[in-house]
Amino acid sequence: MVIGQSTVLAAAFPPSVEDFYLPSILPWGEHNAYWFTKITVLVWVAVAAIIIFFLMSYRKPQLVPTKKQWLAESIYGFVRNNIAVDMIGPQGVRFAPYLTTLFMFILVNNFFGILPLVQISPMSHIAFPAVLAVVSYVMFIWVGIRKHGIGYFKMAVVPNAPLGILPLLVPIEIFSNFLVRPFSLAVRLFANMFAGHMLLLVFTLGGFAMINANVLLAPVSVLSWVLTIAITFLEFMVICLQAYVFTVLTASYVQGSLADEH
Amino acid sequence: MLTYLAAAEGATEHNPIVPVWQEIVVGSVAFGVLCFVLIKFVFPQMEKTFQARVDAIEGGIKRAEAAQAEANQLLEQYKAQLAEARTEAARIRDEARADAEGIRQDVLAKAREESDRIIAAGNEQLSAQRDSIVRELRSEVGTIAVDLASKIVGEALADEARTRGTVERFIADLDTAGQR
Repeated sequence: MVIGQSTVLAAAFPPSVEDFYLPSILPWGEHNAYWFTKITVLVWVAVAAIIIFFLMSYRKPQLVPTKKQWLAESIYGFVRNNIAVDMIGPQGVRFAPYLTTLFMFILVNNFFGILPLVQISPMSHIAFPAVLAVVSYVMFIWVGIRKHGIGYFKMAVVPNAPLGILPLLVPIEIFSNFLVRPFSLAVRLFANMFAGHMLLLVFTLGGFAMINANVLLAPVSVLSWVLTIAITFLEFMVICLQAYVFTVLTASYVQGSLADEH
Repeated sequence: MLTYLAAAEGATEHNPIVPVWQEIVVGSVAFGVLCFVLIKFVFPQMEKTFQARVDAIEGGIKRAEAAQAEANQLLEQYKAQLAEARTEAARIRDEARADAEGIRQDVLAKAREESDRIIAAGNEQLSAQRDSIVRELRSEVGTIAVDLASKIVGEALADEARTRGTVERFIADLDTAGQR
């Protein structure tokens, strides 16, 4: 009766939060050890893969690029021109390296969510989006202080509005700019990847649950697995979109910090 | 919940929105390493390459513009030279035409003169010959006539004096006829 479930995943139906916390690799099978788990290994693999890709393809840059060099340049060029310069303006070029790194880090880590046999994204653990959100948070505040001095905070929280309405607006601005921003950044990415993984789990494990409950439900199980594939494609879109959104929002916050006083 | 508890035996329950601090450390270090390598070694190179490419393209455009300007200048120069050559050629042609006309007039005048001269010489010669012929004839006519007359008349010329008078009259008649 439990053939499918136990061979595919040691997980029960319905899937739960615990499915995101796989037993650790070193020490093997430990449940409360987090230094060396599938998740952390994936993060290191992502970092190594990105570094190797860029170093390999940009070892000997040429004016007329090779295919690999062209690909690396296209990624950087995309973030540089379509995100950094578009959002921030000409001075956005100096943020392009960080934004590209951020974009690639999120994209590759997200992509693990649909990579066959890996199929879980480190970004579905809030720790990683949180780190990135904190970096963005510190960065846009730092950029603001560098540009406007301490007056940045006044500029950021006091909108150009009649005096009477300021007591209402200032707390909202403080709340939205300095409290909500990092959380929304982190939670948006985390929740998308979490939900994506959960969806895939529901449809995959649901297929096994149904075929185990009654053999007559086999067609529904097949439908469920077909939908898993469809959702994988949907996830691919979400993966790219979320990497893009995180990067664009970071750029937009930096832009807000660099803007002249209104 | 029961099945899940059974599956995750012995593990504490996880809250998905509470980060695991070990993962924060791993994430920060991993991302830091990534940032360091890419920002330090890769993207500055790319910017350099982009700049080099821009320079190359702009240099190419500038060179092309210079070449174009030079070509235009040469074209103008050639056009000017060509126009100059054309006016020169026209001038030479006009001169040649005028020369030819002059020469033709000269030749015509000379020919006319020559022909006049030849005609005059011819006339003169003709009249000289005519005069000499007339003179010869005049001397001969007398003799021939006398011979003829003596043959016709024979020895019947008794009256010599009368004969002589007749002859002289005849010759005088001839003279007047010859002068006419």
